[in-house]
Amino acid sequence: MKDKSLVSINDYNKEEILKILELAAEFEKNPSQNILKGKVIATLFFEPSTRTRLSFESAINRLGGRVVGFIDSSSSSVTKGETLKDTIKTVSNYCDLIIMRHPLEGSAKYASEVATVPVINAGDGANQHPTQTLLDLYSIIKTQGTLDDLNIFLVGDLKYGRTVHSLLMAMSHFTTIFNFISPEELKMPDEYKLFLENLGLKYYEHTDFTEIISRADIVYMTRVQQERFSDPMEYEKVKNIYVLRNHMIRNTKPNMRILHPLPRVNEIHPDVDESEKAYYFQQALNGVFTRQAIISSILGLK
Amino acid sequence: MKEKKQLSVSAIKNGTVIDHIPAQSLFKVIQILNLEHIRDQITFGANFESKKLGKKAIIKLSNQFFRDIDINKIALVAPQAKLNIIKDYEVVEKKVVEVPNEIIGIAKCMNPQCITNNEEIVTKFTVISKENVALKCHYCERITDQEHLVIL
Ligand SMILES: [Zn+2]
Repeated sequence: MKDKSLVSINDYNKEEILKILELAAEFEKNPSQNILKGKVIATLFFEPSTRTRLSFESAINRLGGRVVGFIDSSSSSVTKGETLKDTIKTVSNYCDLIIMRHPLEGSAKYASEVATVPVINAGDGANQHPTQTLLDLYSIIKTQGTLDDLNIFLVGDLKYGRTVHSLLMAMSHFTTIFNFISPEELKMPDEYKLFLENLGLKYYEHTDFTEIISRADIVYMTRVQQERFSDPMEYEKVKNIYVLRNHMIRNTKPNMRILHPLPRVNEIHPDVDESEKAYYFQQALNGVFTRQAIISSILGLK
Repeated sequence: MKEKKQLSVSAIKNGTVIDHIPAQSLFKVIQILNLEHIRDQITFGANFESKKLGKKAIIKLSNQFFRDIDINKIALVAPQAKLNIIKDYEVVEKKVVEVPNEIIGIAKCMNPQCITNNEEIVTKFTVISKENVALKCHYCERITDQEHLVIL
């Protein structure tokens, strides 16, 4: 994994994923170390994402590394018409690692091909966000003690949601049972279902989950956005089905945990927040340890 | 018609005849095979009647022999193309084209949000289906299907 860019969750095989999760657990025990001393890491945010950037910068700062970069391309030479290639080539000269977020899909892959240092993709449009997936996996293994034989509920926009697609790909390394809960218009695309079928993994599709939530080990919530519906009436009909409320989780398994990539809008009611099953805020904290693991592994320090 | 066909095929001594090109794809084939840089004699014919294709085109190239890897590039625009390899006025070999496993350049990614549609980058695809052509973009990972296929 040393010197290897992380663009897509598919860049890591099962062993590599497990290695990152082990390292993340190590960093959780000891999050402030000086192992990045003398290292310069560039964070290039061609579109703003405060949450992701702060998580990365916190991870780097706690390990004693230095950060250079920009948080918004409007204040950099990018707006003067510089190509992505030129920006990446130039920045490669100044740092040991590039972390980038970009609105265009495939930008991180391209950057990894022109950069002379490794690249971590912190989100390329609607395509990939592999560090989110790895922190999701860390949250799952931490709360469940295993990644095998879990019943995972993916809820909400399963058609366009990149986090659920990446999570599905990553969990397919394990003997997972998937339950897809979404409105008809936002069903899991066939290519992912076919992928699971070829691996012999089980999945079930539903449009509602109040009856079956008692089986879940993990409930992964995503937002159902109105603009995804061609017919506004359809949205009105379904919008409340995909909002999780405290009374719905009363009869769930004791080990069940609720995850969400954040930020949420209204898909998890605040009355869930006090439940011990609400895990989304700790999930965000796990992002720091997971990113420490990824960075130090790519730099060959762990 | 028969006479015309004989004439067009028998005209070259050594080389390659590419037949069964859909008429509207002739110029794309010329472009994909980079024929403008060839100095030997080339004859193009377009809008011949064809039962299979409606209107077809033919290209005859003197002294040109293609590697499979090069000729297969035209499979995206002329999937039914047939090659006749001519040696000393005789057809010595017939070949059909096959869609390759990887397409570099040639096609455009149908995703407007793809980096390849926003910066000067040579496109690259993995062919995930050959029958009904479907290309997976190496960069944005989206799939471009036959219906949305645009040749650069
Ligand atoms: Zn693309």
